[in-house]
Amino acid sequence: MPVGRSVVEMHSVSKVFGGRLAVDQLGLQVQRGECVGLLGPNGAGKTTSLRMIYGVTRPTAGSVRVFDTDVLEHPREIRRRLGVTLQENAVVEEISARDNLRIFARCHGLRRYEAEAKIETLTDWLQLRASIELPVRALSGGAQRRLAIALSLLNDPELWILDEPTTGLDPAVRRNLWARIRELRDGGRTIILTTHYIEEAQRLCDRVVIMRNGRAVCSGTPRELIATHTAREALELDCTPEDEERIFHDWPSESRLRAGSQLIVFVEDSAAAIARVRERDKVVERELISRPTNLEDVFLAVTGTHLEDGA
Amino acid sequence: MSLSASAITAVWRRNVTMYARTWQWNLLPNFFEPVFYLAALGIGVGAYVSEMAGMSYVQFLAPGLVCVAAMNGASYEVTYNVYVRLNMQRTYDVMLTAPIEPEDVVWGELIWAMTRVLLYGGSFYIVTILFGLAPLPESILVIPVILLAGFLFAPLGLAFSLWIQSVDLFSFYFTLFLTPLFLFSDVFFPIAERLSGFWLGIAECLPLLHPVRLARASFAGSFGWIALWDIAYIALLSGLLARISMQLMRRRLTS
Repeated sequence: MPVGRSVVEMHSVSKVFGGRLAVDQLGLQVQRGECVGLLGPNGAGKTTSLRMIYGVTRPTAGSVRVFDTDVLEHPREIRRRLGVTLQENAVVEEISARDNLRIFARCHGLRRYEAEAKIETLTDWLQLRASIELPVRALSGGAQRRLAIALSLLNDPELWILDEPTTGLDPAVRRNLWARIRELRDGGRTIILTTHYIEEAQRLCDRVVIMRNGRAVCSGTPRELIATHTAREALELDCTPEDEERIFHDWPSESRLRAGSQLIVFVEDSAAAIARVRERDKVVERELISRPTNLEDVFLAVTGTHLEDGA
Repeated sequence: MSLSASAITAVWRRNVTMYARTWQWNLLPNFFEPVFYLAALGIGVGAYVSEMAGMSYVQFLAPGLVCVAAMNGASYEVTYNVYVRLNMQRTYDVMLTAPIEPEDVVWGELIWAMTRVLLYGGSFYIVTILFGLAPLPESILVIPVILLAGFLFAPLGLAFSLWIQSVDLFSFYFTLFLTPLFLFSDVFFPIAERLSGFWLGIAECLPLLHPVRLARASFAGSFGWIALWDIAYIALLSGLLARISMQLMRRRLTS
């Protein structure tokens, strides 16, 4: 395949489940070697989008091409060249990690010697050496997740699909997995992942697509998104709507976002905003947090809701 | 839709790996069950029933019970076990991330169920030989009959498992469907002698009668023309049910 051609091309893809629109007119192009993140809250249509890419869910409308091939026409050929880590670790708990890997290697039709060699490599690379012979139910959550990741890499996939790779893991384990994912990304593999962690998207993804209610709301590099959709800095404070009106009434309302009792004010220069609050707020020394804007603010700005709510 | 032999083998091998871990514990009960049946019904009930259809009662029972063992073996495998793999272990969702399609899963599971049927029904058959109830070599033809019974009850149970939404409904399948089959399919008494025309017609439509009749023929060492009807019935119904299973599996896994 020529360099620069899309590995994944989705054109106005929609999926309806029993009258509910799960994915709405989604367009997505992923170039070879790119790491793209689908960022959105639960129910945004991320998993369904992934399932349509690997040809398990059939789109209600639109076309999905992977490796320049129609997914619905040649699902086997396409799946031979990609790997998927599902959101839940669907591993067999009663048998050893090694047997899990062997079973799945057969699903990919690997020859025995190829499978054994690959299992050895992945065992070391994912630090599973100590757990490889243990029944999976005896493994920690982190080790089970690494096993699920090893399963998805057995066929040395050109396209690697990860559905919420680090959800539910503790921070140290999460960082460790990020390092592994980055290593493969830097090795030139094409990656699509879904996440509702801002930090994950910011650290791993070349490009982020923000999804909400089945739609791609905006997309770009994390830096572009922040530059386009928010000001340089954000000022966070606790204040009532009345105080907000008193302090900020002569400021553009679109630069302010309220989430419960918290107010976020987007500004180019937070020093001026702080001075204003202090001046108009003589009685109480309100706590003010000033920080650079991030993807969470983009998400908040384009969708009006917090990303990790309920997650 | 096209099937892939290597994908089907992979599904089958997965189950073999799981079974092989505990095969001693799985296989052993297969031998006890027939011993209990033959002892209780042969020695116990048989003592009061001097003969049935021109043979001792236990001799009459043996071929039918071999088919019942095949029916049960197939049914357990494709009901509870498939349900767990489908809904709890999410085994098939993972398989579908590899070059495996829902139809391959169906055939892998059916062939696996037939494997279990052969172990289950085969053990029962061996016990009937040890009890001196199966004349050799003619009764050896019951082995393909065991497979036919499996080929009938595996897609039947599989289609049911893929159709239901709640695990509780399996009790209906076992109590309201398999149990009457077990009791009214020529296993315990010659239905042609006891049932009238209408009920005989009903029994003829139900699945267990056909393998039982074939098993009886192989134990007797002589097949009549009716065997062709029995084989045709099994082939047609199994084919239809396998087709339905493939459609249901695709719907369950790819929506």
